[in-house]
Amino acid sequence: MNLNMGPQHPATHGVLRVELELDGETVVKATPHVGYLHTGIEKTAESKLYYKVIPMTDRMDYLAPMSNNLGYCLAVEKLLGIEVPEKVEFARVCLTELTRVKSHLVWVGTHAMDIGALSMSLYGFRERESIIDVYEAVSGQRMMSTYFRIGGLAKELPDDFDRLVRKAVKDVRGGLVDYERLLNDNMIFRGRTINVAKISAEDAINFGLTGPILRGSGINYDIRKTNPYSGYEKFDFEVPLGRNGDVYDRFLVRCEEMKQSLRIVEQALDGMPEGPYRAHVPGVVLPPKEDVLSKMESLIFHFKIITEGFKPPRGAVYQAIEAPKGELGFYISSDGSTRPHRMRVRPPSFVNLSALPKLVEGGLVADVIAAIGSIDIVLGEVDR
Amino acid sequence: MGLEEKIPDSIALTTLEKMVGWARKRSMWPLGFGLACCAIEMMSTFMSHYDLARFGMEVMRPSPRQADLMIVSGRVSTKMAPVLKRLYDQMPNPKWVIAMGACASCGGVFNNYAIVQGVDRVVPVDMYIPGCPPRPEQLIEGILKLHAKVEKERLFERKETKSKK
Amino acid sequence: MEEKLRHFFESNFKDAVVREDFFRDQLSFYVRKEYLFDICEALLNDEALGFKFLSDICALDWLGDAEERDGRFEVVYNFFSLKHKYRFFVKVRLDGDKPEIDSITSLWQTANWLEREVYDLMGVMFTGHPDLRKIMTPDDLEGHPHRKDFPLTYEMPQFSHNKNEPPEVIK
Repeated sequence: MNLNMGPQHPATHGVLRVELELDGETVVKATPHVGYLHTGIEKTAESKLYYKVIPMTDRMDYLAPMSNNLGYCLAVEKLLGIEVPEKVEFARVCLTELTRVKSHLVWVGTHAMDIGALSMSLYGFRERESIIDVYEAVSGQRMMSTYFRIGGLAKELPDDFDRLVRKAVKDVRGGLVDYERLLNDNMIFRGRTINVAKISAEDAINFGLTGPILRGSGINYDIRKTNPYSGYEKFDFEVPLGRNGDVYDRFLVRCEEMKQSLRIVEQALDGMPEGPYRAHVPGVVLPPKEDVLSKMESLIFHFKIITEGFKPPRGAVYQAIEAPKGELGFYISSDGSTRPHRMRVRPPSFVNLSALPKLVEGGLVADVIAAIGSIDIVLGEVDR
Repeated sequence: MGLEEKIPDSIALTTLEKMVGWARKRSMWPLGFGLACCAIEMMSTFMSHYDLARFGMEVMRPSPRQADLMIVSGRVSTKMAPVLKRLYDQMPNPKWVIAMGACASCGGVFNNYAIVQGVDRVVPVDMYIPGCPPRPEQLIEGILKLHAKVEKERLFERKETKSKK
Repeated sequence: MEEKLRHFFESNFKDAVVREDFFRDQLSFYVRKEYLFDICEALLNDEALGFKFLSDICALDWLGDAEERDGRFEVVYNFFSLKHKYRFFVKVRLDGDKPEIDSITSLWQTANWLEREVYDLMGVMFTGHPDLRKIMTPDDLEGHPHRKDFPLTYEMPQFSHNKNEPPEVIK
């Protein structure tokens, strides 16, 4: 029997279509169809100046917008060859780890809701509100903040940043205790997730999976530890690893990742240095507003950067970061003009989703929902 | 003198239109149709911080045959537009459509080959809510304005909605 | 690590490498397209280097640029070694009239969907791919959007000029 889990479905987290061939309750073949949210971001980025692309990168993985901004800004800074001050690195790490917690909270809410614990979605979104307060204080927007710029931050951190972040950390820690008590030893949750949608370590490497799926199968590949970027080598945290590679292990890996992220946030807050919030590179990075209003050459640089843009050298770079979903990479190729020649995004959810047939074939229909939830896809990133 | 004295206290007088309008606005059931980023804000509106259940929209029906309000939240790509039209046709009358966000109202940030510039080229829209994404308070205000519009609708002269594709 | 890679390429595939590039600490080799499958197989089987991870396949279009004389399309393969934590690139130039290249799906399963996406958006044919069809764009869209001669299809906003009628497009 052919069953179509169509584009509009309460459990597919967006517009994903999966065609299932069933034999009774067992799945014989599964074919995902994507492309229902294709936006043409890569083509549009070729016609915009470098700093105008930053809001478009927000809207790709819309659950973790600051991670995408970070990846793009790091890639362009690598292309130009500029260094950022230390305060910028600490602020970026702090906000990116809060973003990781925010994304995992939405994941745990919707995943547990799909498996059956309907009230978990309410708890996940409740803790998320305290992190959204931080976003709003920093940039004015609840979700698409666009706070990172090429060479630094958009504006200075607000005065109550410390207080708001500590409140958010306290709220999330309290929430995590509740989730563990509710789900970890729950018979129904364990029965639906243990030994379901297993993938072995060799298969995971061959399929190119990254992120918590790979770590749930036991491979220790976290880009923050192997090729550190933006000052991550100064922070002390651990990388959780799973053993079996099933849905339950991935759930435990993500919950533990949230706790490690909160550790990093506290270290970043305690050690935040003083300093400028932007690098001083005339001609590329916008000068601070007080200088623009008082000095002549800052005004001229401001005008030229906004209207004309800067011209990076010819060449191509690739910068990978550890996004909440996996390895997010930006391959930016420049031909010497003010617009990027090609901006390629290596989407972690797209590559992870291609392993869905392997995870699901031979299992039951209800396990398809658990498998899709455990891969943690965001359709905005799959289709770009 | 007159009719008012002869009627006992326990009968309320109204017109059929007003009663039907009151009933329709108090329990509209939305169709769960989240496409992209605006869907996350729509989900936040349904959750406990900005509770939408107090306006009668407690359940979000997954099937279009049982829903009366379709909130199009997110960007509509050219591959998804026929699916959207089909879902709209499957909904029974009376039905209303809210275009939530800038991408559903007019194409938003994206002006290229892949995005339909406004969902009103596919289905007729009753309420446009701007924002990228709109705050939950903005969504609630849009829904309340739609409720006010529905309450005043005439019963038998409902506009014949034509759409262009 | 760069020395080991150069030694690997020189000892096994001396006439395959066209040129080498080292920009911002990232090494890339431009190879000829006939040798691509053998190079990938040798990389996968080499235990000392350990390049078992294919991160990404991407395609660029150099239409109208000075680089076009080497070939209009460029396909970039992105390899990562978990053992040495090192990343490098293998790039292939294809000509614009009939861009074709071997598929490496039999070596890495990652390449299945990535090559389908490159075919759909850029038009490069992969010979030997088990199931090459469109993945992102709708079925009735003709052409390959990421090419430079495909227009962005930008729509000019319709101004109402202070009149109270809806614009022409929606009527």
